[in-house]
Amino acid sequence: MTDGNEMFPLIQRLDQDGKLVGELGVLTAKDLKDTYTTMRFLRMFDERAWNLQRQGVIGTYAPFKGQEAAQMGAVAALDDRDWLVPTYRDWAASYLRGVPMEHALFFSKGHPSLGDVPAGKQVLPAQVVIAAQTLHGVGVAWATKLRHEGVATVVTFGDGATSQGDFHEAMNFASVLEVPLIFFCENNQWAISVPLSRQMHAETIAQRSVAYGIEGFRVDGNDYVAVANLMHELSARVRSGEGPFLVEAVTYRLGAHTTADDPGKYRSVEEEDLWIQRDPLTRIEKWLRTEGLLDDEDLAAMDVESEAKVEEVLAVFREALDISPLVLFDNVYAEVPTGLASQRAQFEARVKEVGA
Amino acid sequence: MAKLTIAQALNQALEAALREDDAVVVLGEDVGKDGGVFRITDGLFDKFGGERVIDTPLAESGIVGTSVGLAMAGMKPVAEIQFFGFIYETMDQIASQAARVRFRSLGRYGAPMVIRAPFGGGVKAPEIHSDSLEALFTHTPGIKVVTPSNPYDAKGLLLSAIDDPDPVLFLEPMRLYRAFRDEVPEEAYRVPLGKASVVRQGTDVTLIGWGPSMALILAAADELVAQYDISPEVIDLRTLTPLDEETIVASVQKTQHAVVVHEAVRTSGFGAELAAVIQEKAFLYLEAPVLRVTGYDTPYPMTMFEDLWLPDTSQVITAALASVRF
Repeated sequence: MTDGNEMFPLIQRLDQDGKLVGELGVLTAKDLKDTYTTMRFLRMFDERAWNLQRQGVIGTYAPFKGQEAAQMGAVAALDDRDWLVPTYRDWAASYLRGVPMEHALFFSKGHPSLGDVPAGKQVLPAQVVIAAQTLHGVGVAWATKLRHEGVATVVTFGDGATSQGDFHEAMNFASVLEVPLIFFCENNQWAISVPLSRQMHAETIAQRSVAYGIEGFRVDGNDYVAVANLMHELSARVRSGEGPFLVEAVTYRLGAHTTADDPGKYRSVEEEDLWIQRDPLTRIEKWLRTEGLLDDEDLAAMDVESEAKVEEVLAVFREALDISPLVLFDNVYAEVPTGLASQRAQFEARVKEVGA
Repeated sequence: MAKLTIAQALNQALEAALREDDAVVVLGEDVGKDGGVFRITDGLFDKFGGERVIDTPLAESGIVGTSVGLAMAGMKPVAEIQFFGFIYETMDQIASQAARVRFRSLGRYGAPMVIRAPFGGGVKAPEIHSDSLEALFTHTPGIKVVTPSNPYDAKGLLLSAIDDPDPVLFLEPMRLYRAFRDEVPEEAYRVPLGKASVVRQGTDVTLIGWGPSMALILAAADELVAQYDISPEVIDLRTLTPLDEETIVASVQKTQHAVVVHEAVRTSGFGAELAAVIQEKAFLYLEAPVLRVTGYDTPYPMTMFEDLWLPDTSQVITAALASVRF
């Protein structure tokens, strides 16, 4: 039997104690401090969003807590010409590619603008249906190849997604067509209540690359230094015509699947504690402190700044709630057909009647 | 008799089926340890073990496709699709496979399986979690489409669905799971498939619905009596296919007016089928066109506006009045 762990050893550069076990590579100490600052903001936002659901301000929210390094690393090497095709939990990745943070709240609120990615940003709307976007990622990369653009596309998905037929079809198409795509799997160990060991019989997701005749990598997804460096290398390679590649970023969903989920039903506190030790923020903080690049005062300043940024996001979100429900009818087709226009008029009358 | 919610009644039915017949297995995403995202299978994993209450890998088509094989080989799978919107992932395995097993083997094989799915809107769920897609399957010969609207029917219909020799799509109104309680007998009783229920006798207009819409139809019926002195007859279809035409036609022949209510989008919704059946079978009795209260012809809305989009009681009343006063 194939030993996936042996074939695909975990790539790590910064260990959980904040010790460099590899090179900083393409990153500088300043990059790491900036990254940490952003991570802290993202963590604060994510926790705030959870609370907003509890307060009834937004609906179901899927937290990304614990996956910040994986998501930030996934897009660390992308520039404005590259594409990101994200799954629904990947607000940190989307944010770094130019999707405003309030979109995460739109998504949970069921706000009509949830997929209205700003013009010029090459990010697809967050996907709800598990693994559907893996095929879209292939299509996007294929388009860039047909036009000889020499750009990279990254498609993100979870460990559960690898069970879907769409994932197989995407891996197969991508490898047959040799598209410039990086499949980036955030293996967070749990698909709601189902652990990876019940999701697949193989040891690693990375080893699935073998069956498609492509290169695969297994990286510590809580180690930003390792993920970012790997993605720099692979992005450069796909831009020069290689690919596709499969990356398994080994991470952990520190929170629940969503605000509607209770992990206490199916996983142990001991396991959660183990992964809290491996928190992607903690290790960077430790390293920065050891290097004398971060102290309590810096942290306090970061938090003040993050808090202000979170408040800004909330202010934009609240303002955006004042949107006409009639938009529901305006983008079903490019032009509103006659029959739908008459339904729109009925709906408009109803909206007026109830004073919404 | 215990007063149970729909969720509890369904749980009882599944437990009874697992007890009665070793061939019954329950499978789906998170149905085991977690007890399902709506807790419909709660406790069954502990009682019956992981070989009969199975957490599957995350693949809807896989769940239904393997269920077809299980069923053809003598098991009775009860598959859960976590939300009805995810049913699109399974379309081939349901429509081209499960529904045709008997037909294409000339009865040599059958696919006695149940596909359960929570459906309907109104709970502020994320995108693609609230769609009412029943008409895709009423348009698919070979599979039965069943949907309860109350705890008593939920238990009895689910047990009949599991007994049935053909595949049954069993749609559970999500927002009614814990909305109210009814008396539900302890024993494993059956409510027959293919029989509509006249839940309120009346003389002036027939209001027809199923599943989640029944709650607003009943509220509208109360108001029609109290405020407008109109006597509505209310029919809960319970089974959409095969359709109980007899009950519908008899009622419309009596009331001479009919209004159909569903959450699904209007165009090619099951309401259109009912309107056609009524005009074919009761044309000379009709005093007004058959009216429909439905969702609009858009994708299910982002939930911020779902309450505005969904049919409500006032629309049912308006339609009933329009029919009676036509």
